[in-house]
Amino acid sequence: MRNTFSEALYEEATKNSDIYLVVADISPAGSMAKFTTQYPERFINVGVAEQSMIGIAAGLALKGKQPFAYTIATFSLYRPFEMVRDDLGYQNLPVTVVGMGAGIIYSTLGGTHHTQEDIAIAGAIPNMQIVAPCDPTECTDATRWCARQKNGPVYLRIGKAGEPILTQTAEPWEFGKIRYLRRGTDVCILTFGVITRMAAQVADELTKQGKSVSLVSVHTMKPIDRVGIAKALASHKQVIVIEEHAPQGGLAAHTKQIAWDTKATCRLDTFSLQDAFIHNYGSWEDLLDAHGISVKKILAKVA
Amino acid sequence: MHLRNSKFDPAIAKARATKYRRRILDMSQHVSALHIAGAYSCTELVDAIYNEFMRPDPGGGKSPDTFLISKGHGCMIQYVILEDHGILSKKDLDEYCTPQGILGTHPDYGNPGIEASTGSLGHGLSMVVGMALAERGSKRDGVIYTVLSDGEVQEGSTWEAILMASSLKLGNIVAFIDNNDFQSLGRTSETHPSFYPLTDKFVAFGWETVEVDGHDPKAIYEAVKNRSGTRPFMVVAKTTKGKGVSYMENVPMWHYRSPNKAEYAQAVAELEAQT
Repeated sequence: MRNTFSEALYEEATKNSDIYLVVADISPAGSMAKFTTQYPERFINVGVAEQSMIGIAAGLALKGKQPFAYTIATFSLYRPFEMVRDDLGYQNLPVTVVGMGAGIIYSTLGGTHHTQEDIAIAGAIPNMQIVAPCDPTECTDATRWCARQKNGPVYLRIGKAGEPILTQTAEPWEFGKIRYLRRGTDVCILTFGVITRMAAQVADELTKQGKSVSLVSVHTMKPIDRVGIAKALASHKQVIVIEEHAPQGGLAAHTKQIAWDTKATCRLDTFSLQDAFIHNYGSWEDLLDAHGISVKKILAKVA
Repeated sequence: MHLRNSKFDPAIAKARATKYRRRILDMSQHVSALHIAGAYSCTELVDAIYNEFMRPDPGGGKSPDTFLISKGHGCMIQYVILEDHGILSKKDLDEYCTPQGILGTHPDYGNPGIEASTGSLGHGLSMVVGMALAERGSKRDGVIYTVLSDGEVQEGSTWEAILMASSLKLGNIVAFIDNNDFQSLGRTSETHPSFYPLTDKFVAFGWETVEVDGHDPKAIYEAVKNRSGTRPFMVVAKTTKGKGVSYMENVPMWHYRSPNKAEYAQAVAELEAQT
């Protein structure tokens, strides 16, 4: 996703001289070399100084620019939280805060590099919008949208590298609308972000079991598509939420709220990270498994 | 440097400062509390920014220059000057901190003449750096002016911005430190002696830095007029918290309190004696 983000941002920057990229000693790969060579005045590296990264992006936006602030998710959202809240949220500025390597992708770097609660934290800020693409192609769509929108701040939660393409046959991406990657009638899996790859594997297995399965990318986590999720709850016998996020304030919590509000009658199973820091190491899958999230464990529970 | 006023008149500057202090004093009688002493300590600084430095737009629109008050709690002085310039109305100021009004104790972006929401310390200077970068990127010659409190220079985020402003050689930044030596729990020079000397720290970080008497309009004017414009410019302004009213000067409780009727009368008499 990092590469498609930088490619999309470069393309937008060639068309719009108001696009700036402010980074904190971490830069996206891929086309960023072209960006920094062609538009050095629009690439600002603040160094290891994330509070000023957000503040500088805010200042640029106050003068009409369309800035992106980019670093690893923990440092783009948690470290400068009050700047994100006051400078971006309170002033409602069109700045995109890119949280790269979000969730627990940095699986061997320990809890300091995990964002298990970023959706809850960003989502609690008034005016904040949250987009969490599920694959590199969706990341392109989301990045283009962020570069053109003027609504207010966005938290763009992206992965790192090597995510498979899951959206070849999906309907077009639209901000604020859930996106069916597959349509079925029995079971609907709601998910967002990098873990959609695991959700797709669960969908494959359930399909092998003879079930008709929908797979949905809830890429816009704020404002969440209440109507779309309500329809999914009403039109399937079983709904499964799979998320790489704490139980508070994420997709599971939202879906349960919507289910209650709409008196949904379907079966609802949710799989979130636990409300606990992760002190073990290994692969991304190993860490998810430690919190009860694997294809095998999900299948065992949803049977 | 291109400034609003090419010729400085000390008598006019002094009269304006007294007028603004008096207007703030009158506003204080409508509310139970306001940051009066912190506004009085930077009265001459903010007056100079608006009335000596920021250039008018030839077309009658917004100035090509920008003022962001980083010490947001000092915004009373900004409000009264914006009223004086016809950007805020008397009604706006009369309705300060009331349900029907638009103005509160800290400046709110979106209100007339307010370029950023501040109030939480340590945010302003990074936004100033971003604004200055935007001016440079747009090939405009706008200067970004700001006033910081001395307390907020203790914020790590302020130093992040100080580092970036000079690294980027943003000569279109003019910053003032309202060095009144007071913060909530005491005199800064006593609670944080290592904070001083302030000027050396900015020099070490690559800023063109001068020290002035922050209540001497001529010194403020000359300092800014003579800056090189090749690097960010810092004016360390020695000020007195509550300046202009004897019982407020250097008395911490006036950080956030309105004078009662007797105190108001005394303050009016003292200010009138200064004109």
